[in-house]
Amino acid sequence: MFLVPDFKGFDFFPHGTRLNFMKFKNLCFGLSILAMVVSLALIFTKGFNFGVDFKGGAMIELKAKQGDADLAGLRSKIGALGLGDVQIQSFGTPSDVLIRVEEQPGGEEAQQEALKKIQDVVGDGYEQRRVEIVGPAVSSELRRTGTIAVIASLIAIMLYVWFRFEWQFAVGTLVALAHDVLVTAGIFSLFQMEFDLSIVAALLTILGYSVNDTVVVSDRIRENLRKYKRMDLTELLNLSINETLSRTILTGVTTVAVLVALFFLGGAVIQNFVFAMLFGVLIGTYSSIFIGAPILEYLGVKRDTVVGSEAKASS
Amino acid sequence: MLHFERWKIIAIILTCLTGLLFAIPNFVSKETLQSWPDFLPKRQMPLGLDLRGGAHLLLAMDQNEIRKDWLQGLQDDARRTLREAKIGFSGIGIQDNSVRVTLVKPEEGDRAFSELKKISQSIGNALLGTAGMDVDVTRSGDNQFVIKPTEQGFNERLSHAASASIETINRRVNALGTAESTIVRQGLDRILVQYPGLSDTRQLKELIGQTAKLSFHAVHPTASPEEARATRVPLGYKIYESMERAEAGGQGEYVLQESAVVLGEDLEDAQPGFDQRTNEPIISFRFNTSGARKFGNFTKNNVGRPFAIVLDDKVISAPVIREAILGGSGQISGNFTVESANNLAIQLRSGALPAKLTVVEERTVGPSLGADSIESGKIAGIVGLAATAIMTIVAYGTFGVYAVIGLMVHGLLILALMSAIGTTLTLPGIAGFVLTIAMAVDANVLIYERIREELRAGKTAIAAIDAGFQKAFITILDSQLTTLVAALIMFWLGSGPIRGFAVTLSLGIMTSVFAAITITRLLVAMWLKNAKSSKTRTLQVPI
Repeated sequence: MFLVPDFKGFDFFPHGTRLNFMKFKNLCFGLSILAMVVSLALIFTKGFNFGVDFKGGAMIELKAKQGDADLAGLRSKIGALGLGDVQIQSFGTPSDVLIRVEEQPGGEEAQQEALKKIQDVVGDGYEQRRVEIVGPAVSSELRRTGTIAVIASLIAIMLYVWFRFEWQFAVGTLVALAHDVLVTAGIFSLFQMEFDLSIVAALLTILGYSVNDTVVVSDRIRENLRKYKRMDLTELLNLSINETLSRTILTGVTTVAVLVALFFLGGAVIQNFVFAMLFGVLIGTYSSIFIGAPILEYLGVKRDTVVGSEAKASS
Repeated sequence: MLHFERWKIIAIILTCLTGLLFAIPNFVSKETLQSWPDFLPKRQMPLGLDLRGGAHLLLAMDQNEIRKDWLQGLQDDARRTLREAKIGFSGIGIQDNSVRVTLVKPEEGDRAFSELKKISQSIGNALLGTAGMDVDVTRSGDNQFVIKPTEQGFNERLSHAASASIETINRRVNALGTAESTIVRQGLDRILVQYPGLSDTRQLKELIGQTAKLSFHAVHPTASPEEARATRVPLGYKIYESMERAEAGGQGEYVLQESAVVLGEDLEDAQPGFDQRTNEPIISFRFNTSGARKFGNFTKNNVGRPFAIVLDDKVISAPVIREAILGGSGQISGNFTVESANNLAIQLRSGALPAKLTVVEERTVGPSLGADSIESGKIAGIVGLAATAIMTIVAYGTFGVYAVIGLMVHGLLILALMSAIGTTLTLPGIAGFVLTIAMAVDANVLIYERIREELRAGKTAIAAIDAGFQKAFITILDSQLTTLVAALIMFWLGSGPIRGFAVTLSLGIMTSVFAAITITRLLVAMWLKNAKSSKTRTLQVPI
């Protein structure tokens, strides 16, 4: 023993499993392609419920100083101001209210004037907890940089994987990642959950997590390609997924546990952000098993080049 | 992989101790820190505005106004230059972002060209290869000249305007209180103001939202605005609106001499106060010596006539001069509230802004929400950490305990790094931190699963452990580096809160790899050394 007495851990997973993941590949490809198509369709038809970051406008969070917030009163008072589309809803606890005002026509100053009007009618009964106002110039900039960030990350990751592995792996990774990002975005469109800057951060983190997962599997595939020179590719891919399964699941479960803790205890402000990550981790785990690896079968990995590149990399 | 030289062990322990030293200030109060000796690090991790509460205002300068002012200045320069050189010109005006001059006599063209060229000044740095001129003077035809600002010249102007604005904002904001506000330039024409602890930004915005260019003008003795409008405005005069008219649609326009008698720059002081007779809020001001002389001369020569006080091109009031004002001080009255008089006094004291600033982004968090966020972040962090620790220990036994120790070092090092570098902790930053905890375990999971696999394959304990660390290492590197790529892009493109998240994520990736491949490996190596020297015959790996 050292520091603590020796005790064995509990090995959750049956080992030497030979679950035939490759058998489901057509089903999974079909489902995933469907999910991607539906997501794309949703994004183009229904669009996103953009938050103030991307849409411009104002968001004000208030807390009633005493008792519950008077939603109806606020609605009638603010509704009378004629500020266009205004959403007033409770947020977290009954005393908290979230007011969202669409972008006002008339440029940057019009947004500020809308805020002033609201502040005047709301009065002293409420504490102002949070204000976010984004004008037209900034919102269009944020939309642009957000899109660039996601695309640039995808490309950078693909280049890295290409550099470290073979192009087939890079393509597999890219498809898996694009799938994860697209479907997560699709969920946000489907349920019209608020999509703001923090969701972009979540998408990028999902990219990071999912690539992490995919790379672990790819690494094992590469190793097995060297080890079992004569094994059939389908069987080899299956073996590699099975061998890394316990790790994939254990890491996934820990990450999900932490995210669940954040979701319920981290406060209402970051709930959407955590939800995106939670969903992304699940779908990322799925895609590295059912998309990233099986796609290699279609693309075909040449054994000799893999061995050669490994020799170069390790020398 | 399992042999550690003595110096390495010492280096690892030293790293952990340094980390501890830098992390500790975050756990004690500011007061306790004061009493610590100076050689100890005292820096706490700075909290972002979303956690401590405060206002974040992104302001944009009015580029058009800056350009217009500059062109106006260039036109004045050209006029003065030609007059001084006694060259007659028949026309001068601003057109297409440039000043156009037409001479009377084409034969004076060469001389005029060389004189006008003197207006342009060299800017930039010859050593850096950025040297250039701020304006281009070109000759079109014999007697026509175009003075056109260059792109580089305009950017230089913007820079000057930005730094002048920042100084002015700083003075105005300081008048609000003593909080440490940050005011920095962002991009070409933006200025970011961060004011911790302030949740109602109305006064702040009023203070920085007004240019506050004050000037005193002579009123045309006879021409009324209606007359002037109907016929023509007398040369050198201009029609100005009154403040009431601009604000409430009231009456009032004035015909004023365009060039001011005295400008706000000549003010030495301005204070809010009350009129002794009417008890209305007023602003009393004092000129500096040159301003007092100019104002004195003007009032002496114009007793019985009105003069106008103009703020940002609007007439505040136009009182009649009863007697010469020679002392250089006076007062402004004009429908002020106590608050607006106070604000205007602050603005006048701190000087005018070079151009109007508009708020293009505002994010404000009240202190109570910030405190709530910290609290929930703490709880979520502790629960997340505990859940991870329990799962790791249950899954990997004794080695799991070592992994958890590595995890704790990882947490400590992140805190230490963030405090030492001074990176701001934001709410997404806390989420990022909690997430890195989960991801840090991944490295250990990879290693331990590998060890189990090697054991099942029939390797001896030592060989299995060694192979586990060795083979998992490359995988860890690959998988963490790709995550790092995503985090770095987030940092590069992100703003505010996203940056905070990206920083914690990047630092977390580095410290988690360090924790897994050095701390945990060291602990496992020490366990192995211990186990080998004990009497047991066969080595059972507690995993």
